[in-house]
Parts: sequence; C-alpha cells; structure tokens
Amino acid sequence: MTNAHPLITEVNALLCGFFVLSAFAMVVVRQIGACIGVFIAQSLLLAASAFVLGAQPLSWHLFAVGCVTLLSKPIVIPWLLRRLVPREIYTAREISQSLDVPTALLVALALALVGFALGARLVHAAPVSAPENVIVGFASLLIGALVLAVRREAVPQMLGILAMENAAFLAGIAIAPDFPLIAELAIAFDVPLLAFIVALLTRAVYRRVGSTAVGELSALREHAR
Amino acid sequence: MTLWQSLALNVLQLAFVVCLAPLFSGIAARWRERVQFKRGPSIWQPYRDLRKLFSKEDRSSESATWVARFAPYAVCLSPILVTLLIPVLTDFPLFGAFAGDMLAAGFILGIGGFFLTLAAVDTGIPYGAMGASRTRMVGFLAEPVLIVILFAVSFVANSTIPYIVQQQWVSPPAHFFSPAHVLVLVAFSMLIIAETGRLPVDNPAGHFELAMIDESKVLDFSGPSYALLKWGGAMKTTVLCIIFVNVLLAPWGLASSPAPTQLGIAIAAVFVKVVALLAALVVVETSLAKLRLFRIAEYLGAAFVVAVTAMIAAVLAP
Repeated sequence: MTNAHPLITEVNALLCGFFVLSAFAMVVVRQIGACIGVFIAQSLLLAASAFVLGAQPLSWHLFAVGCVTLLSKPIVIPWLLRRLVPREIYTAREISQSLDVPTALLVALALALVGFALGARLVHAAPVSAPENVIVGFASLLIGALVLAVRREAVPQMLGILAMENAAFLAGIAIAPDFPLIAELAIAFDVPLLAFIVALLTRAVYRRVGSTAVGELSALREHAR
Repeated sequence: MTLWQSLALNVLQLAFVVCLAPLFSGIAARWRERVQFKRGPSIWQPYRDLRKLFSKEDRSSESATWVARFAPYAVCLSPILVTLLIPVLTDFPLFGAFAGDMLAAGFILGIGGFFLTLAAVDTGIPYGAMGASRTRMVGFLAEPVLIVILFAVSFVANSTIPYIVQQQWVSPPAHFFSPAHVLVLVAFSMLIIAETGRLPVDNPAGHFELAMIDESKVLDFSGPSYALLKWGGAMKTTVLCIIFVNVLLAPWGLASSPAPTQLGIAIAAVFVKVVALLAALVVVETSLAKLRLFRIAEYLGAAFVVAVTAMIAAVLAP
C-alpha cells in the first residue's frame, strides 16, 4: 500500500460523497428518463474516481477501467435504451413502486447504515489506499439492491442492477487497483449486452401487453389478439 | 484585541447584515427575472419599498392583539441576534461568539418564525391561518434535518460553535473534502431552500393565495410593520446564506486581524460569496417546478436521509 498525494485522496473523497448521493437519488427519482440521468451521473463519478485513483500511484489498469466505464455506461447504455425502448415509457410516466418513496428512503437509510458499518469494519481489518471507496461502495451496493427490489418497471430494475454493478466497481478499484484487464473487458461487453437484452425484452413485452410493469406479469394468461 | 475593538467589529458585521440584506434580496429578485429574459426591478427596489412603507400609516385588523403588533419586531430582531453568533467578516471569535452555537442560532430564528405564525392566525384572515399551518408543517419537518446536520457537523468539528467549525474546515483540508462534508452541504442547501420559502417548496413570486405558504402570513400587515417583516425576512435569508458560505461551503477569505485592509477584503469576499450563492439559488429556482404540498414531506424526508447519511459517514469515517 502506498500513500497517495493528499489532493488525490481529497478529490476522491468528494467524488465518493456525490456517489452515495446519486445512489439515494436513484431511489427517489420518479421518472424513467430522470432515472437514466442519475445513472449517467453515477457512472461519470465512477469513471472520475478511477482516473483520480489511477493518477498516483500510476496505474494503467485503473485508467483502463475509467475509459471502459466512460465509454460503455454513460454513452452506449443510454443510447441503446433510447433506441430500443418505446418512447412512451420515458415521457410523463411515473414509476410504480412496491413501496412509496418515503418508506423506500427510510429503508435505503437503514441499508446505508449497514453498508457504512460493514465497509468501515472491512477497511479497519484490511487497510486500502482509498477507504472511502470501499465504504461508499458497500452502502451504494445495498441501496442499488433496494432499487432492484422496489421498482416494478423493467428499465428501472435494470438500472438498479447496473447501479449495484457501479457500486461494486467503486469498491473494487480501491481493493484491487491492479485488476486483470480481462475482467474489465468482460464487464465492458457484458453490461451493454445486458442492457441490450433487457431493452429488447421490454420492447417486445410493451408491444404485446401494453405495459412494462414487471410486477403485473406474474400470472400466465392466454393472449387474445 | 481590546473589548472596544471587538465591539466595533460586532457593530460592523451587524451593519453589514442589516444594510445589505435588502440589496441581496433585490439582486436575487432582479436575476430571477433576468433568467426568464424579463428586465426585472432595480436591485435598489427593496430600499425604495422600505422607505415607502415606513412613511405610511400602520393599520391592523380589529381582532388583532399585541401579538400581531409585536411579531414584526421579533421577526426583525431574531436575525440580528443570530448575526452576533456567527462569523460574518472575521475568522477570530468576537464578543458574543460563545453565547450560543448553531443550534441556538436555529432556535433564535425559530422565535421569529413562531411569532410570525401566531400573528398570522391573530390577524384573523383565513389565508393567514392556512399559511401558518403550512409553515408549521414545513418547519417541523425541517427541524430534525437541522438537528441531524448539527450532529454531523459536531462529529467532524467536535463543536457546533460556528467560529470553531469554520476554523476546523479551513485548517486541514482533509476535513473539508470528505463524503460527510458533501452530504452536509447538500442537506443544508435543501434546508435553506425550505426555510426561506424558495421555489421547489414555495413560490415567493406567486399571487395565488391558496397556494401560498410564506407570503400568505403577511397579507394583513401594512405600513411600518410590513416593512419590518420584509426587512426581517431579507435578513433571515442573508444570515442563513452567510452561515452556509462562511461556515460550511467556502470558509475562506475572512479577516484574520482587525486591520482595515483585511476587513475591506473580507467585506468584498463575503459579498461576492453570498451573491454567488444567490445566483446558484436563482438557477435552482428557475429550473424546478413547485412541489405539491404533500410532496414537501418527501423533499424534506430526502434532506433528512442525506443528513443522517452525513452523520453516519462522519462517525464511521476511516
């Protein structure tokens, strides 16, 4: 473990603060378009954190992580979603949730508490160069899982998965700064593919059923044309 | 530094807040219109309004009691008292700096709000009572946010005296750049918006009584007491902005000795900082729509969650 320049630690801490904020925003935001906006912001924060941490000690792996993140998440995934998912879903539609927003926020708060406590334990046991990343990453991971559980629409659910993935990455770049490049590439192809498949499915389901509320799709029925 | 110097500096910072508060509200009003491509009133308009109102006769309704007559003074005095507790121009503690902490500042501002609420009911118009009950709703949701923010601040700085908190965030910059600090800043700015009745929560430019929160309480005041209410409101906004920029957001540029040049620089710096914050608030105000009344609970709930997260992050900081 090497000690980074204090400025780097500070800027990184700042980015982590905004990152946990974006995780909460994902729970609060009601419209799907805004939800994608939050996801883009979160991915940009992740990329920035990777670049900052990679600057000193110089790590090409972290730069690669930053570039991959910058390319796939804020650009390719939103583009795919915009192209494939029917336009009506984005406009003037409020996301249906199985919990109302205040309750979901309180649950998110409890999860953040658990995440912070766990992360702090972990950092205490095994010191890393950027402890904020691990702590914030743990908290945001759990909040992302909450988004996944609470949302009933297909697109926000997928964004929940991707938010969890972002959070895991944020913790990961602090724990293992020398990721094997293959993992980054795998994720770089995996995640847009996930978005692609979910978007296609959403499109098909929306065409046939007229809704993408996953919660209502639990019962089978014969579809009459 | 002698006691007299300290007192003189206190008078100077009082004068700064009292004299410039209408200018700040004038600048904000002007910019709010400019952002919408309208010309807007002159930035000196609040001073003209005050002069006009002070020269008018004070009329109040027949049912009004001493509460309605006393409320404008309470509203006007509470920010003035808070000014004595916070670092407006200097970064060394002045006379009265240790008389109360940030919680005391919150409660002193609360006294003004309390009397204004009572007075709104006291004047007897139905809109006043409605505005009063809504203000209380916003107020009791905002209170826990403030208290939790102060918990977070005190975990970082080991104190809630504004001067000490300000010092804490200047000296090692590591405290300034922490997740807890970002979260405190966000929660506090959400709180300022709610407390000063700005746009996602309340529309200060609205003329529709049924939708008003803050404005409907002062509908039945006239003449000098209305002037005092307006001035007091402007001072409250100014004081909250000064706490935000000088203690939390940008604790730099304050005078470190009572030398006149330092004070001059500090006055200019604080003025620029407050005006910059007002510009940011104007952007927020014009880009957001007003929330429905029952969404305000969600808005302040979000602020509360952010504040609690800040506290957790401060306690569990590695």
